[in-house]
Amino acid sequence: MDTESVLFKALIFLAAAVVGVPVAKRLGLGSVLGYLIAGVLIGPFALGWVGKDVGDIMHFAEFGVVMMLFLVGLELEPKKLWRMRMPILGLGGLQVLFTGLIISSVAYLCGVHWQGALTIGMVLALSSTAIVLQTLTEKGLMRTDAGKSSFAVLLFQDIAVIPMLALMPLLAVAPIIDIADEHSTNQLQGWQQTLAVIGSIGAIIVAGRFLIQPVFNLIARTGLREIFIATSLLLVIGITLGMQWVGLSPALGAFMAGVVLADSEYRHELEVGLDPFKSLLLGLFFITVGASINLDILIEDTQTILWLVLALILVKVVVLFALAKFFKMPLIENLIFTFALAQGGEFAFVLFSFASQNGVLADEMIATLTVVVALTMALTPLLMIFSEKVLQPLFDKQELEKDFDEIDDGETPVIVAGYGRFGQIVSRLLRSQGFQTTLLEYDAVQIDLVRKFGTKAFYGDVTNIDLLKAAGAKTAKILVLSVDNTDKAILVTELCRKHFPELKIYARAKGRREAYEIKKAGAHFVMRETLGSALLLGREALVDLGFRKFQAQRAAQTFLHYDSKHMDELTDLWGDEKQYILAATEKAELLEAVLKSDIQDRAEMQDHAWDSDLRKESQNTNHEH
Amino acid sequence: MANRILINFAHPRFESSVANQVMVSAIKDLEGITFNDLYEEYPDYLIDVKKEQELLLSHDIIVFQHPLYWYSAPSLLKEWQDLVLEAGFAYGDKGYLLENKYWLNAVTVGGTYESYSEQGYNQFPLEVSMKPFEQTATFCGMKYLKPFAVYDVFRISKEKMIDAAESYRKHIIGLQNHLDLVTGSYT
Ligand SMILES: Cc1cc2nc3c(=O)[nH]c(=O)nc-3n(C[C@H](O)[C@H](O)[C@H](O)COP(=O)(O)O)c2cc1C
Repeated sequence: MDTESVLFKALIFLAAAVVGVPVAKRLGLGSVLGYLIAGVLIGPFALGWVGKDVGDIMHFAEFGVVMMLFLVGLELEPKKLWRMRMPILGLGGLQVLFTGLIISSVAYLCGVHWQGALTIGMVLALSSTAIVLQTLTEKGLMRTDAGKSSFAVLLFQDIAVIPMLALMPLLAVAPIIDIADEHSTNQLQGWQQTLAVIGSIGAIIVAGRFLIQPVFNLIARTGLREIFIATSLLLVIGITLGMQWVGLSPALGAFMAGVVLADSEYRHELEVGLDPFKSLLLGLFFITVGASINLDILIEDTQTILWLVLALILVKVVVLFALAKFFKMPLIENLIFTFALAQGGEFAFVLFSFASQNGVLADEMIATLTVVVALTMALTPLLMIFSEKVLQPLFDKQELEKDFDEIDDGETPVIVAGYGRFGQIVSRLLRSQGFQTTLLEYDAVQIDLVRKFGTKAFYGDVTNIDLLKAAGAKTAKILVLSVDNTDKAILVTELCRKHFPELKIYARAKGRREAYEIKKAGAHFVMRETLGSALLLGREALVDLGFRKFQAQRAAQTFLHYDSKHMDELTDLWGDEKQYILAATEKAELLEAVLKSDIQDRAEMQDHAWDSDLRKESQNTNHEH
Repeated sequence: MANRILINFAHPRFESSVANQVMVSAIKDLEGITFNDLYEEYPDYLIDVKKEQELLLSHDIIVFQHPLYWYSAPSLLKEWQDLVLEAGFAYGDKGYLLENKYWLNAVTVGGTYESYSEQGYNQFPLEVSMKPFEQTATFCGMKYLKPFAVYDVFRISKEKMIDAAESYRKHIIGLQNHLDLVTGSYT
């Protein structure tokens, strides 16, 4: 078989992904690590199923990173971006500055000439946009403080690549070889560079506003989905090439184009169309990173490399942690942020090869450093798991064991655990009917907020048994468990069932799955958080569709009744997925039938009810008795 | 000055009603009447007692329009009576605020006129079957008018139904202007 054919390569890469990723996910390692390990395995230094030319494929796969930034840009309207200017410049700028300085100094002290040391410092200050964003998204952390700050730092780094590329030729020490010369003719100089940057940014904004929109209008009208997707791809590829031509980072250009199109009506179509390409290319990219880890060098020089890996991670961790602390990020968020960004980035590969063309660094050093960067990237998912599973619980515990508020509410019949949007409604209802409630909340900001409205909630983590005791769990009748975290809810339920068997637990659940789990843990009453409001909204929609209010009310109540009943009936099947889905589908059909027959029955009843003739006959027969 | 008329309308399935659809369209646009659609106002049975009492106070004649259900009214109208006609308002100390106002039931009836007699299967004339309304009104010091009834609503033709609705409309207009027209049963 022709092992060089494109299809054969595709077969290998896809097979590696299809096997590697599910296994990694099952093991709780996340998809990124799955791709990386798969890459190492099929790489030239292990099984050798892909050749030494992974570099080319990686170059191609980097396009996935460009697409990812385009998609990220699509979600960020200019206004939102402007609001992020402080973290981008402050956090991002200082991170690159300090990390770069420290690494440069260390390199210089180790005997690298100052130009080389500076280059190494700059390049290694960058982190991996691809790995960080993918991992954070997968963990659902992008919207947290840590996620937003990580994104801000990555964005600054992407911007910083531009001056780095410009600086590199000036740092050349070895006589510049031909390739570099060739490059520098393409490479614009000084004011030309500045003009090109401003010009291309302007072009993207103008084109995004006035050109792309009408083109999409036109394409959308053809109704051909694949042409729309082709246009989307064309757009991103066009930007990439254009940016490369003027010497800007394609990722940055794509990001800007995304921002410009963020309020376009085609935003969602673009997202949906490009997402599969992005995901596949990113996967490919991760595999090539794995495959490019030069195991030969690693084995030859294991000690040096491991020390370097350790040192790089350490420097990054220290700088990131200190900066986050300085910017007053809460400890847990800080840990997420710090460990997310503690690696070298894919730009290092580009910049290193550029540095070697410019003769800034010796080739052996570049080979070693490339392995180091790839290894730190591969370690990132593991580091994040370490932080999540080992460090965070440690501090979590410490933080809460140290302090929870002194609770002086006296004995109340009800404890409300979690005084957010949900707990507030329950508590206000109960209080309005004259029942005192003791309020517990974990978020200090929320406590401050409700205090402004004159309500006193106590600070503390409800998974802490001492806090529950102090809140009067021994004497209270009911615990309203309104925390939004399912794991916590389950934990608290189990704790309470064990330590306060008399206490009744009324729990909020996200959805069915969570409701079953909390119920199974022993809660007395579980309510899905969205059920009531969704039904009320549906009821109003029915009214707007022409229903009488009472009719809509009955439909919603019937739905609620049967849905809750069916859920109870299915409790035992929960856990056996096949059986459950089967039974649940059946019940859903039943419910629909019930709702429909409710309408029909009533219509028929109307027709036959009180028909005087029918009545007369039955009445007459009755009279004869 | 014309009598101010409040029509408290109660039908739990107005969407599939035949008779009351016609009846309502005959009077809804009349000037000087207030049409109060109870099932639409209170689909969850949470009656706003204050508001309903104020409505009563600002009118002279209270019409209860509804289909006849079990010789009585749909349940929301019963709930309405239980809550709105409360002590201290409709009767009792400081009560009797509705004194001398008029009470009229305007009903659609499944049975025929004949069936509402000693020989018929309904055994009693409609006025007798509906005594609880009369006594409620009397108890509160209100004047009870003979019910306006459309009988046999399942069988009468569309035209007859429209006729009936038209005389309902005339009946209401008559009540607006004077109170001579107090017998209005339509067969
Ligand atoms: C629950 C129910 C109870 C009823 N009870 C009586 C009754 O006691 N006497 C009678 O003559 N008709 C009775 N009927 C017939 C209704 O009076 C008749 O359906 C209604 O007046 C038709 O009006 P509509 O077309 O506006 O719904 C009853 C109907 C229903 C649905």
